[in-house]
Amino acid sequence: MTSQTVTVSNKIGIHARPASLLVNAASKFKSDITFKNGNRTAVAKSIISLLALQAKMNDKITIEANGSDEKDAINVLVGLFNSKFDEE
Amino acid sequence: MEVKKMEQGIGVSKGYAIGTAYCMKQEKNFNFQSVSDNPEGEIERLTKAIEASKKQMQQISAEAQKNLDKKTAEILESHINFLDDPAFTGEAAKTIREKSLTAEKAISCVTKDLYNTFSQFEDAYTRERAADIKDVGSRILDNLQGTLETTDFSNLPENTVLFTQELKPSDTARIDKNKVKAFVTEKGGKTSHTAILANALGIAAVVGCNGILGKVKNGMAVIVDGTTGNVILSPDEVTLNKYKDLQKEYENRKQHLALLANQKIHTSSGKRILVEANIGNLNDLERALKSGAEGVGLFRTEFLFMGKDKMPTEDEQYAVYRKAAEMLGKKPLTIRTLDIGGDKKLPYLKQPNEANPFLGLRAIRLCLRNPEVFKTQLRAILRASSFGNIRIMFPMISNTNELDKAMEVLCECKQELKQNGISYDESINVGIMVEIPSAAILADKFAEKVDFFSIGTNDLTQYTLAVDRMNETISSLYDSMNPAVLRLIKITIDAAHRASIPCCMCGELASDEKAIPTLLKYGLDEFSVSPGMQAEVKGSLLKSIKA
Repeated sequence: MTSQTVTVSNKIGIHARPASLLVNAASKFKSDITFKNGNRTAVAKSIISLLALQAKMNDKITIEANGSDEKDAINVLVGLFNSKFDEE
Repeated sequence: MEVKKMEQGIGVSKGYAIGTAYCMKQEKNFNFQSVSDNPEGEIERLTKAIEASKKQMQQISAEAQKNLDKKTAEILESHINFLDDPAFTGEAAKTIREKSLTAEKAISCVTKDLYNTFSQFEDAYTRERAADIKDVGSRILDNLQGTLETTDFSNLPENTVLFTQELKPSDTARIDKNKVKAFVTEKGGKTSHTAILANALGIAAVVGCNGILGKVKNGMAVIVDGTTGNVILSPDEVTLNKYKDLQKEYENRKQHLALLANQKIHTSSGKRILVEANIGNLNDLERALKSGAEGVGLFRTEFLFMGKDKMPTEDEQYAVYRKAAEMLGKKPLTIRTLDIGGDKKLPYLKQPNEANPFLGLRAIRLCLRNPEVFKTQLRAILRASSFGNIRIMFPMISNTNELDKAMEVLCECKQELKQNGISYDESINVGIMVEIPSAAILADKFAEKVDFFSIGTNDLTQYTLAVDRMNETISSLYDSMNPAVLRLIKITIDAAHRASIPCCMCGELASDEKAIPTLLKYGLDEFSVSPGMQAEVKGSLLKSIKA
């Protein structure tokens, strides 16, 4: 298993658009991927569970991936967070 | 003359609309069997309905990209993800297999469960996503039953007022904003789709207007007042003319304020005057920035402390201060340290019962008695100061000894941070609220010790005139323009300028049109007023400077 913690750095947090981007990216990988925000956990391929994370700016999200392409998956998803989803 | 019928809802987007009613179809009831003896067949039906929904959603979201605001378009795009979601359609397929349900029954159960879960979230944005889940769920049902009818918005008359139970996200994409002038809904709240869309489009909206759909008819003449939440059906001519005038006035004023918001104010001698905001949370800040705030003259930090059963941690406070500082960039953020006590009590902080709470252990007095509370806040502010232009402000200072003690505590905090290698703004400005007559009278002594003053006129008036501002029986005695109060204000501004420090005002008086000419004459440097009032105050300042 590979895991990495990132900070939500875009202003509005994981709203509809960032959540869509994350789901679309995660769905390209075979690995099982989860996001943790405090005591809430989301399945990365489910937009509904991602929205239910209610992740805000400055929240710390731990991404965990388990599978044959786990390292690539983590890299891509961390990259998305760090790019602030091309937002403010 | 016909009697006018006034209905009351909640105004969520300001403005007036005078137009023709158009009622959108209400929610329909689906009829279907619950149990099926062919689960595999049901799954196939479900898959087909999802595919059909996906195609429709792609088309709707493409339309939204063209016609609508970004926020709504993005939400609609996310609906496509909902259709593939394991927690939604995935769960429905699972229950078909496990419980031999029909596709309809499975989808409607899962939709209902998720709707209920989302309706209970504490975050308002997430809560409103319940409407999205319902929207997607009923689209799948429609596709299963072949009952999908798209409302035809292409032939709406000019000046349409849309009446509906709740605006569906997928309907919003089809709305022709050149023709629709207002929304009225029976359900929904301040963060509903209706509110978001109406604000983005700049048109009036009233939500929570219970029972209106039973009274309004297609083609009826209607008036919508998005400020008060009033909806008038079939108005008489007098009412109609009254609202035509109000609408015209509002539109003119809106244009005028939009121009004012971005203005920079200079006095006739060329001195720059700042118009800032008094905020209580980050939503206030967002509103203030839109209205043209050039900084925050007063950030009340009490909201972080109230309604909780324990003290907010340093990190919690730091996150909020930092976010506010970042939202403001180079503009100043004046953070007032905890102003609690008197009538405001915290369950986790021991406070005595006092005969005269407003003359008692409050604000800086309470903080100096509870150094850990005070230091936690100061450390959080200092850490955030690396990310913007933060100023620290101590409230309720009544003698120089108090200020010296507060400064000592601040010094300790700075040293602690330095020892731990944590960076902060080393030249951070520190000021006091001048809200007790003794501080105003000795303003020259205080001016030597601080970087700025901020006059709190509400308390200054109450303490100078010995008038309780909450006591209605003596409210006529409460007058911030009383010559005694004005003289204290002048003494304070003069002392500030002799020491070459700026003087701000963050009380009600700063936005009082009648007081502004006097305050300008006294040389007040910064006017800090309620969020949303910035453009108006800039207007009053300009008027007074030109006069």
